[in-house]
Amino acid sequence: MSAPETTGPAAVSVLPRTEVESARRYDVRDMLSAGVVQLILLVWAVLVIFPFLWMIMTSFKTDREIIFSPWKLPAALQWNNFERAWNEAMIGRYVTNSLIVVTGGVALTLLVSSMAAYVLARYEFPLNKPIFYLFMAGLMFPVFLALVPLFFVVQDLGMLSTYRGLILVYTAYSLPFSIFFLTGFFRTLPTELAEAAILDGASHFRVFFNIMLPLAKPGVVAIGIFNVLGQWNQFILPLVLNPDQNKYLLSQGLAFLAIQQGYQNDYSALFAALTITTLPTLAVYVIFQRRIQQGLTAGALKG
Amino acid sequence: MHHHKYRLIVPFLFPALLLYAVFVLYPYVQAFYNSLTRWRGVSSNKTFVWFENYEKLFNDQIFITSLKHNAQMLVVLPIATLSLALLFAGLFAQAGKGVRGGEFYRIVYFFPQVMSVVIIGVLWQYIYNPRYGLLNGTLRALGLDNLARSWLGDPSTVLWAIAAVIVWQSVGFYMVIFIAGMQSIPTSFYEAATLDGASRWTSFRDITLPLLWDHIRLAIVYIAIAALDLFTIVQVMTEGRPNHASDVVARYMYDVAFTQSQFGYASAIGVVLLVMTLILSVITLRFTQRERLEF
Repeated sequence: MSAPETTGPAAVSVLPRTEVESARRYDVRDMLSAGVVQLILLVWAVLVIFPFLWMIMTSFKTDREIIFSPWKLPAALQWNNFERAWNEAMIGRYVTNSLIVVTGGVALTLLVSSMAAYVLARYEFPLNKPIFYLFMAGLMFPVFLALVPLFFVVQDLGMLSTYRGLILVYTAYSLPFSIFFLTGFFRTLPTELAEAAILDGASHFRVFFNIMLPLAKPGVVAIGIFNVLGQWNQFILPLVLNPDQNKYLLSQGLAFLAIQQGYQNDYSALFAALTITTLPTLAVYVIFQRRIQQGLTAGALKG
Repeated sequence: MHHHKYRLIVPFLFPALLLYAVFVLYPYVQAFYNSLTRWRGVSSNKTFVWFENYEKLFNDQIFITSLKHNAQMLVVLPIATLSLALLFAGLFAQAGKGVRGGEFYRIVYFFPQVMSVVIIGVLWQYIYNPRYGLLNGTLRALGLDNLARSWLGDPSTVLWAIAAVIVWQSVGFYMVIFIAGMQSIPTSFYEAATLDGASRWTSFRDITLPLLWDHIRLAIVYIAIAALDLFTIVQVMTEGRPNHASDVVARYMYDVAFTQSQFGYASAIGVVLLVMTLILSVITLRFTQRERLEF
């Protein structure tokens, strides 16, 4: 294997110019013609799409069809699967619970983190840097370490299985990254407008809410999207802090349903539940996909 | 004007600091203390036992097995995810805007990243189902009946079946990050290379990879941390079954705490997890450190 073969592409760059031409016959480029590129990209696209199509198709079947003919199209569309998922399997309630918690959590996160980030980005005072690094420390720690004490803190506050408990905890755990992101954003904003307003006698509060916050809108939107997805998909925090089944969030409810329907062999309702929860996400994603991709990757790229 | 500023600083920082102190900082500090105690819940007393919990870890076969699985993920996930993400990003970016349907592919590839891990986990649990799952169904339809198996029930396949789902979900995310990085590389570099007769692969290796290095090492750190923190997908798909063949440290810790009520011992597992995460981040960043290329 170690024989110095010159056919590999690795050899190309060390060859003199004239030999490059002849080496080209072995170029990967020739193999990777446009058709092959398309084929590779298409195969992965199918691998991504197909499981979702199968899920949607299965959600229209009867339990018998799911078990005995997993590959065939449903003989008739079983719309009542969705009805059972929404009502009997309580997906409707779980969705409502999730909407309440995530709306509250994201709104509070944006308010609290933008105020803190603004102060940390724009005002000099002795504890500025230590406080900033204190928040940044939260980015490094795995949430698992905090779970046990957190459970008892929330219990002592009487907030287990409450919306407000989850909202406060979601906000607290969203702060490190949101403050990190928004501090960077506020630093890039021009200062002239704010300074002029203060000279005109506007209060620091009014400068923040009427001038700086509107200027920071792109950053707030990006971190808002990031937090909506992060909090909507949160699983470990509600699993520990939200044990009351009536208060289950969607992620908890689906996991619970998967176990329960597995015992009862009511797969059709489970697949209907999966479909119900996937389609709205898909619709929102397709409409806002550019912003969502930017919002999610901005974190990684800034980090 | 300056004495006024504290009237803004204090109320603006206070809510964030309060929430952070009560729900984040205090639990973390408390966890370190708890890891040195024997403690089985609210009503019982905490007994200070020094490092007994940590010593116990060395003889805990389930912990060691779980740790081994994290280590395997730590090798497989970065290699598989990065090679696919770089391949796709390379096919996109170097072909420029010329890839037919490029926009469509980018939207599709990224989609699983937006989905909740719970939905992904439940869906794949059924795709892997031995009797009526999509995977075995496909294999049988292709006449590959002997390949069909109980993917999540077989200790030799279960971990890799889960790893495949994780790669499937995250490839699009890293691809988009790499595409963003590639777009900041001046196209003149590629044009010059093409004039010099460089193949697509050589330009990728000699231009793209070095200039994208900062993005790649960041991706390695992210995937490595994710491999250590693995929890939800395993909890949803197998709960560590069969017989801990797919268990990972964070999930085992959850069991020790909330099923067995050994809160002190669970905290010790958590501290070990944290220390490993920190060491791993430092090592990865050190070993991937290269001279920064300015362009």
